[in-house]
Amino acid sequence: MALRGNWMYENNGGTCVAIAGADYCVIAADTRLSVGYSIYTRDYSKICKLADKCVMASSGFQGDLKALQKNLAAKHLIYQHQHNKQMSCPAMAQLLSNTLYYKRFFPYFTFNILGGLDSDGKGCVFTYDAVGSYERVGYSAQGTGAGLIIPVLDNQLKSPSPLLLPAKDAVTPLLEMEAVDLVKDVFASATERDIYTGDKVEILVINASGIRQELMELRKD
Amino acid sequence: MFRNQYDTDVTTWSPAGRLFQVEYAMEAVKQGAAAVGLRSTSHVVLATVNKAASDLSSHQRKVFKIDDHIGVAIAGLTADGRVLSRYLRNECINHSFVYESPLPVSRLVVRLADKAQVCTQRSWKRPFGVGLLVAGLDETGAHLYYNCPSGNYFEYQAFAIGSRSQAAKTFMERRFEAFNGYSRDELIKDALFAIKETLQGEKLTSSICTVAVVGIGEPFHMLDLKTIQEVIDSIDIKEDDASAAAADQTPMQEEDKSSEAAAADQASMQEEDKSSEAAPMDI
Repeated sequence: MALRGNWMYENNGGTCVAIAGADYCVIAADTRLSVGYSIYTRDYSKICKLADKCVMASSGFQGDLKALQKNLAAKHLIYQHQHNKQMSCPAMAQLLSNTLYYKRFFPYFTFNILGGLDSDGKGCVFTYDAVGSYERVGYSAQGTGAGLIIPVLDNQLKSPSPLLLPAKDAVTPLLEMEAVDLVKDVFASATERDIYTGDKVEILVINASGIRQELMELRKD
Repeated sequence: MFRNQYDTDVTTWSPAGRLFQVEYAMEAVKQGAAAVGLRSTSHVVLATVNKAASDLSSHQRKVFKIDDHIGVAIAGLTADGRVLSRYLRNECINHSFVYESPLPVSRLVVRLADKAQVCTQRSWKRPFGVGLLVAGLDETGAHLYYNCPSGNYFEYQAFAIGSRSQAAKTFMERRFEAFNGYSRDELIKDALFAIKETLQGEKLTSSICTVAVVGIGEPFHMLDLKTIQEVIDSIDIKEDDASAAAADQTPMQEEDKSSEAAAADQASMQEEDKSSEAAPMDI
């Protein structure tokens, strides 16, 4: 598909991070929307609550993200009518993958992370590429600041390789408060060097009692 | 209605200008278990009697949530009702997707009526055998509509469909003028009372009925058994308190009215050729 100078897509920048814990999941994204060297707005949410225990954060082209979120919300409503219950996080993960691959030849320009609790109540994080390839991991970062954040998370969270046998649990033994502090630290660091990341970071914590939201200020430059 | 030579196809008119297949479809609605709907300015309540095929089976589902602001109760062929509910849900989801706002109830019932009309004008289809009470809330307020297999729809303050619904209608005819001012709980109580009328002697318990509410600040949802049983119990207490004379009079009055209605039906059956009674779908 000839892209011809990206006139169909735009990269609005931004960074998303998610960490899975034993009984919680932290998912965070900054709130800056940019184009080129300009900022469109400092107050844009990249996070969408898809189900009771399932939240998606994405960076990339926000126009495609809005469409993707609406698409998933409608599919979720149909699921609820048919099955009389909310979708579980792993089910939503598969749905997102299928939805992304459906547009394999005119992709959604979004780099997604799905976070939530699985049917056993354990934290889960799924990370995607633009066309739906996905994997369950213990933590992930996507977006313009991901390259600055992932090495730090690798160092702190030491996730076992998915190639190890016997299969090891990917969730971190960190406490919820420690994970939230880690997320705040990595965002502050990424903001220093990545021009597209900054303004505020929206942090959602999903656990058995529901979803809690926090906003933290970041550098505005 | 007696069998005649004009009732084989839905696309055949009778000399009196009636489509018998459509009228037979409306008969199917009358055979189904009762469903009632009541409306105030801020809430709409639907209540149904849940018939079970046998003691061993579970009860039929007759109330469906279509969207947060709309629900339906059906009477007649429940399979047709299920299919139509799926259609209505799709319409609501598609409208929300494009316009980011809930589908107004009046537009939904028109689409449903048009879908029903198609089946009255194709030789390879049959009319839907289900009547729907559509309860919904939108910017213009609370609404209750009745969609029938003929493709007609009407808005009502209160209505009842299905078997022995005449008893419920009689009960509501006496009280409907006050409904607009009713509170949510009074509406639920009257809905259960109306359902009780259709049972005609059989005991009303929360296990054989379903009650659903939609209102301002309250998305469409079905009430749980405990809440329903509490309302039923309060109705029973009120009835026990009523004087013996009053309690004796009311059932007799209703029996007269329902036997009158039965006589009227019989008379109309015999008079169909004289076309002195307007065909039901023309009203």
